Amino acid sequence: MTQTLVVIGNGMVGHRLVEILRDSSWRIVVFGEESRPAYDRVALSSYVDTWNSADLELGPLTGCELRLGEKAVSVDRERRVVVGASGIEVTYDALVLATGSVPFVPPVPGRDLPGCHVYRTIDDLDDIRATVEAADRPGRHSGMVLGGGLLGLEAANALRGMGVSPHVVELAPRLMPIQVDEGGAGLLKRLVEKLDLTVHTGTSANSIERDGTRLIAKLANGLELDLDVVVFSAGIRPRTDLDLGLELGPRGGYLVDAACRTADPRVFAIGECAAVEGVAYGLVAPGYAMAEVVADQISGGTKVFPGADVSTKLKLLGVDVASFGDAHATTEGALEVVVNNAVAGTYSKLVVSDDARILLGGVLVGDASSYPSLRPLVGKEVPAALLQPGSAVDVEMPADAQVCSCHAVTKQTVTDAIQSGVACDIAELKACTKAGTGCGSCVPMLKKLLTDCGVEQSKALCEHFTYSRAELFEIVRATQITTFTTLVEKHGSGRGCDICKPAVASILASLNNGHILGEAQVSLQDTNDKFLANLQRNGTYSVVPRIPGGEITPEKLIVIGEVARDYGLYTKITGGQRIDLFGATVDQLPEIWRRLVDAGFESGHAYGKALRTVKSCVGTTWCRYGVQDSVGLAIELELRYRGLRSPHKLKSAVSGCARECAEARGKDFGVIATENGWNLYVGGNGGFTPRHADLLVSDVDTAELIRIIDRFLMFYIRTADRLQRTSAWLEGLDGGLEHLREVVVEDKLGICAELEAAMESHVSDYADEWRGVLEDPEKLARFTSFVNAPGTPDPTISFRAERGQRVPVQLGIPEVVR
Amino acid sequence: MTVVCDFDLLRPEQGVAALLPDGSQVAVFLTADGSLHALDNIDPFSGAAVLSRGIVGDRGGVPVVVSPVYKQAFELATGKCLDEPSVSVAVRAVRVRDGVVEVT
Ligand code: SRM
Ligand SMILES: Cc1cc2nc3c(=O)[nH]c(=O)nc-3n(C[C@H](O)[C@H](O)[C@H](O)COP(=O)(O)OP(=O)(O)OC[C@H]3O[C@@H](n4cnc5c(N)ncnc54)[C@H](O)[C@@H]3O)c2cc1C
Ligand code: SF4
Ligand code: FES
Repeated sequence: MTQTLVVIGNGMVGHRLVEILRDSSWRIVVFGEESRPAYDRVALSSYVDTWNSADLELGPLTGCELRLGEKAVSVDRERRVVVGASGIEVTYDALVLATGSVPFVPPVPGRDLPGCHVYRTIDDLDDIRATVEAADRPGRHSGMVLGGGLLGLEAANALRGMGVSPHVVELAPRLMPIQVDEGGAGLLKRLVEKLDLTVHTGTSANSIERDGTRLIAKLANGLELDLDVVVFSAGIRPRTDLDLGLELGPRGGYLVDAACRTADPRVFAIGECAAVEGVAYGLVAPGYAMAEVVADQISGGTKVFPGADVSTKLKLLGVDVASFGDAHATTEGALEVVVNNAVAGTYSKLVVSDDARILLGGVLVGDASSYPSLRPLVGKEVPAALLQPGSAVDVEMPADAQVCSCHAVTKQTVTDAIQSGVACDIAELKACTKAGTGCGSCVPMLKKLLTDCGVEQSKALCEHFTYSRAELFEIVRATQITTFTTLVEKHGSGRGCDICKPAVASILASLNNGHILGEAQVSLQDTNDKFLANLQRNGTYSVVPRIPGGEITPEKLIVIGEVARDYGLYTKITGGQRIDLFGATVDQLPEIWRRLVDAGFESGHAYGKALRTVKSCVGTTWCRYGVQDSVGLAIELELRYRGLRSPHKLKSAVSGCARECAEARGKDFGVIATENGWNLYVGGNGGFTPRHADLLVSDVDTAELIRIIDRFLMFYIRTADRLQRTSAWLEGLDGGLEHLREVVVEDKLGICAELEAAMESHVSDYADEWRGVLEDPEKLARFTSFVNAPGTPDPTISFRAERGQRVPVQLGIPEVVR
Repeated sequence: MTVVCDFDLLRPEQGVAALLPDGSQVAVFLTADGSLHALDNIDPFSGAAVLSRGIVGDRGGVPVVVSPVYKQAFELATGKCLDEPSVSVAVRAVRVRDGVVEVT
């Protein structure tokens, strides 16, 4: 028996599907809301040239029942019936949703006034034309397009063709923010402004009001525009007003799998209304690919959606614009090669891999003639010739080439700063030219320019050592020097300072040289390490006992409560799943810790550049979604790496499933449970410059996971700079994540056995630092406010009450002696 | 003169604090070359009495202590702040008599 396929939507993609299935055995019924047969929406703007809709037609559909002007108003999936606006009912065996998109109209007061339009259909253009023709303004009319993206500029161009001078209002700081980068958009703006467009970026319309025959738009930046017509072009939303009770994608669109099938096996979605594996596409080519998939699937095939290239090239108002591949240089380590020729009015940016070998993408404005030859090269080696005069790292760049596109800094500006001696390193270049202070992607280029200008970049730790931290680490490791004095005498100069001393203390500690308050090390320790506690603004300290994985018994909680009460300590739950007790004086620290150690607590290293916490979620133990024991692993990891000294603090977390309640991807090393084991992410950071961690290995078992974390941490400890978190270290690592994987997973350097052995020795030598102090009278003696009056409280410390707890009163608050 | 402690108790490049009869505090330092210095213990930038707990070292060869709070360096011999020359801490007289360190 003949089966019936119902297609809802007779747009470009619905049309394509019917075309493909034209000769199949299916009976095809098409519901089309628009009154005319499918037309070329991509070429919609050309309608204003002739006002003849026939020019846009996509070719007649044969072999189907085309119900134009018949909107599908409901679907009964149980009975498999589609109901049309006229009351007609069609029963289907397979249903394809191809309803396209609706323009997004921001909620600006007045958006529904006559004279306000959207820009999606031929009817919309007819309506705009009617508004413009009815306007009574002498001379050129005035219009506003809300939205400076691809479609907004097209709409502005169409308005121009109707005798309207358009204002383009874009909320983002630049035109076409999705496709074009800042440098390209700057040129684009200059070019389109020559064409009677007025561009307002970084602002939006607060309201639209009717004033006689005019519309008045008030912009957020204070401007008032006197208008005849308004066109909204602020983006599109997948059209899902037809409610089938099916799940939608995260950004709208009927959610379908790679076969374009919804959760209902008889129902498919294609084109702009579909969210294929969650992703909706706003271009016609991916839609066509989906039509191919569904045609194949309902004919019994197994084709799936192959993913889509979202490159675009258009000739906007006669201005060439092309954007392809990774146009925004989002790939790890990607370099940008920019040539901005202000005189010729051309801008080109090629995005290449960190070794400048592979073309990743690009943006061309003003002259896109090389687009056809570049586009196919994405992901392949860049032939040197193509980079001319864009110039990769090895090719001489013209002086006016833009090195930093974020701040439009030219090579000339940078080399001038270097050659005049104003800037001798990256930090100074950033300060005086602003280059490198935006996205940072030009920093490798800045380094290159420094080198090209003959500037040796100092990697010296401080004035006392000419070595970098990584080099010092190797020196200490190879020579087995155990004191700062020997090290500075043999390999440095002077007596050291607050930079090199803590750095060397950390290196010595990483290499297991005993207690950090040992005779030879105590004077090197930074503020907090020196008293195994965190110094507060009034000279008191905080106490943070370790609570591995955040798991704690009621008995231990009671001990913490009792200690806090007895010493009047301000008590706060930290962001690291443990408890911080503030306001202890130097003399009180040992007494407090004796009680805590007796109750089974140990140092939490809140003061150290060391492992802090391994956060955890409840995992399989309690959570109905957990797939592994996240608490158990978090505790195991915290106990394994506790006390491990490193270039900066180390944080970790373990989540029991992909919902990620422990925020593992914000950690230096984070673990997320999978059905099959664990995924390990590295290089995450909260703090000043947040960064999501990168996936290093997936689906490994616990033993393998720990082996790789051991290697990762030791490799970081040996090679990072002082106070460089894993995130910045990974960003700066030559070869990036791939290199890291080669070293710590594939053991390309053959050092993994040694790294593992180093970690093993840390684990077996671990001893609680606070217990070490309590057991050693000499160390204990240092915890006193006054050598000549032990036990006498420091008279400068006093407290007042706030919300029922003690907080510091500052006595001598900066009475700066001048 | 106020007694601080036995000279033998001092360790090179590690400060100690002493309380004076008037309630003020002094930070006493022994440098690597064996010289003694005493400065007011209150860090003028934070108001906390903590200079004795700072790291001792040198800046361009000049012996300094670095405040543990906001890390400004103070010249041990003069009390001058090297990071903000208009600021300084008071220097105290310090001596060793019969193996005992004393300050005024
Ligand atoms: C107590 C706590 C705030 C709280 O009440 O929740 C805290 C307090 C301090 N943080 Fe933090 N941070 C605390 C969680 C965090 C977190 C959240 C987390 O770990 O989940 C972050 C962001 C995550 C990250 O680090 O990636 C965080 C990012 C920082 C940073 C910025 C680090 C960066 O990479 O940019 C600093 C400054 C630094 O380390 O140089 C900092 C430094 C500090 C210091 C040590 C500042 C100082 O030198 O006095 C604070 C003193 C703590 C004390 O006296 O006990 N704290 N801090 C949290 C202790 C957690 C714990 O149990 O150990
Ligand atoms: C001005 C403009 C310029 C563009 N330029 C480009 C470009 O350069 N490159 C590019 O790739 N793409 C471009 N596009 C986007 C391209 O047009 C779309 O990707 C393409 O049309 C999507 O096809 P579709 O079938 O999914 O949706 P549409 O073509 O929008 O068709 C959906 C149809 O379904 C109908 N419909 C919706 N609900 C119902 C219902 N319940 N019952 C019956 N019918 C219904 C709608 O009326 C509509 O006719 C442009 C779009 C516009 C507006
Ligand atoms: S956010 Fe700043 S003020 Fe708050 S605890 Fe962290 S370091 Fe201190
Ligand atoms: S290019 Fe972004 S900071 Fe220079």
